[in-house]
Amino acid sequence: MLIQVNGKPKEVASGTTIEALLQQLQLNVHQVVVERNTMIVNKQCYADDLLVEGDILEIVHFVGGG
Amino acid sequence: MDKLVIAGREFNSRLMVGTGKFSSNAAMVAAMEASGADIVTVALRRVDIDNPADDMLAHIDRERYLLLPNTSGARDAEEAIRLARLARAAGCEPWVKLEVTPDPYYLLPDPIETLKAAEVLVKEGFIVLPYINADPVLAKHLQEAGTATVMPLGAPIGTNKGVRTRDSIAIIIEQAIVPVVVDAGLGAPSHAAEAMEMGADAVLVNTALAVAENPGKMGAAFKKGVEAGREAYLAGLGAQSDRAEASSPLTGFLHND
Amino acid sequence: MSFLDIINQYDPQQVLAEIEACTSADVERALNSDRLGPKGLQALLSPAAEPFLEQMAQKAHAITQRRFGKTILLYAPLYVSNECTNGCVYCGFNATNKVPRKTLSLDEVEQEARAIHAQGFRHILLVTGESPKKVDNAYLAAVAERIKPYFSSISIEVYPMETKGYQQMVAAGVDGLTIYQETYNRELYAELHPFGQKRDYDFRLLTPERGGAAGLRRIGIGFLQGLGNFRTEAFFTGLHALFLAKHFWRSLISVSFPRMRPAEGCFQPPNPVTDPQLAQLICTMRLLVHDAGLVLSTRESAVLRDHLLPLGITQISAGSCTSPGGYSETEKSTEQFVIDDDRTPAEVEQMLRNKGYDPVWKDWDEAFLHKAG
Repeated sequence: MLIQVNGKPKEVASGTTIEALLQQLQLNVHQVVVERNTMIVNKQCYADDLLVEGDILEIVHFVGGG
Repeated sequence: MDKLVIAGREFNSRLMVGTGKFSSNAAMVAAMEASGADIVTVALRRVDIDNPADDMLAHIDRERYLLLPNTSGARDAEEAIRLARLARAAGCEPWVKLEVTPDPYYLLPDPIETLKAAEVLVKEGFIVLPYINADPVLAKHLQEAGTATVMPLGAPIGTNKGVRTRDSIAIIIEQAIVPVVVDAGLGAPSHAAEAMEMGADAVLVNTALAVAENPGKMGAAFKKGVEAGREAYLAGLGAQSDRAEASSPLTGFLHND
Repeated sequence: MSFLDIINQYDPQQVLAEIEACTSADVERALNSDRLGPKGLQALLSPAAEPFLEQMAQKAHAITQRRFGKTILLYAPLYVSNECTNGCVYCGFNATNKVPRKTLSLDEVEQEARAIHAQGFRHILLVTGESPKKVDNAYLAAVAERIKPYFSSISIEVYPMETKGYQQMVAAGVDGLTIYQETYNRELYAELHPFGQKRDYDFRLLTPERGGAAGLRRIGIGFLQGLGNFRTEAFFTGLHALFLAKHFWRSLISVSFPRMRPAEGCFQPPNPVTDPQLAQLICTMRLLVHDAGLVLSTRESAVLRDHLLPLGITQISAGSCTSPGGYSETEKSTEQFVIDDDRTPAEVEQMLRNKGYDPVWKDWDEAFLHKAG
């Protein structure tokens, strides 16, 4: 199924959780925040929340800033 | 030095540093450590999925520094609120340096959207440190909205021009009931000292450290500038004398009886 | 945070000791700085500042002219009632004094208002004692509404109210509040106010804040000179003014300089203030709060008032009657205190013109406010 991650289309298998997606992308769960369809996803839910067709995800992390 | 208190929390250092624009994480860490700062600002950005970079937080000792996420990049109140909530969700304490900068050239803060965002974020329990132009009335509206500080700019971000808004900052300092942190435009330790001599409670510096040939040494220099300025303020500066012009006496009547 | 939190940080004895320990170097430093902090305030109030009075006066004069120009605002007090249940031992209207008591009817108030209006005044100060049964918020609101057509600014110097009461006053057209703490010294305050609602020091101290919260645009404070040590009293008055200016930044803060003289009535003020000390007070207050209104009433003599004007005064009363009904009656009734400057408003106006001031009868128009009826 097709979802969107940080503005780009991405194909994932159905049944993929947020945690699994982050692993695929080689991202550390503790270093990012995930927003799904403009709602912030609680970190405790990463392992349970299943992605669905058409989801729009934003994955952000900290960078240098003044 | 006497302690800086923001929202009931004490800090030893009156110098806050930003973590942007450094040539390397090592240079950033060197500047932070030498500066003696207790508060460091960070920004929030989309992860580059195709090229996940090194995690900068790994280089910052979270026990030592209070991480102050900013809302840089926000062009209106709604975007700033969204960024602040994301930062909190990332595990930061609910502190936020609120900046709303719709103008991409000078990155000047938008007073109207900043006030709107501050009102919402304070209600949501955030400790809000708003970046503003040196506007005394805006500062009053923000402190009434419940912000923990006000952060007037000395000069536009990155210009290194010093305290160009001096007269307005003096009014803000005179009237504020929350700490005043001079942010942006301070390009040299003498600029930081000047702001502190005027009675600012703290300053925030980033570009001047990041673009220095030796960020570590510049961090140490700013530390001294801030401390010197604070001590001079506490010691009570002798002002430049303005000799009164000769004029007719006003109190002669008291000696006539 | 309230002013109570601030004043509670200070021990009056220690403040006095610090003031008395100030040196001429401290005074010179304060005189050379743009803004006074608490230290500078102490220095200028100290005995060490006495030889610097002329310099203080020149600087206070310059600041005042820069901020206010050559103008003086004129106002008149209107006593609507002398009923009082308080026992302020220094006051001619206190509950134990056998004086004829009177509360004006609305028609009588209007008659007084017409007389004051005819003299040229557009700023009026309504004055009462404290007698909740005889004079309440509803009565004062009715008074304000009745006289509103005659005046562009109405202030009240009455008993302290709750915030709600002040909101009711604002709705009735009142824009200013004057309330003196009398003395900032708690022990002396308790001694001088043996009974009545005024015994509550804290409630009175926080009155200007309740008025500010209710949206009153002019807030006047002061201490009654002669009661406590004037140096510490002025120190706390100054801190109070600074606090109010910071926290109620939409309101103009004024400081008045009411002074009791030894000759006046049976009560002998324990700490009389001399003319040079009064001058020192006025100059210090101006150097502390550059933008404050500074008020001098007709308690002081014509000669002294004329000389004190250039030191920082921005507002004076003229032709005042301090008994209810005094403006329209012919025979004299009991006054709260004796007026020393008994010139007519027209004479005071002429004096101001002769001294190069523009007498201002109104600087304000209620009509331009969105709340105006």
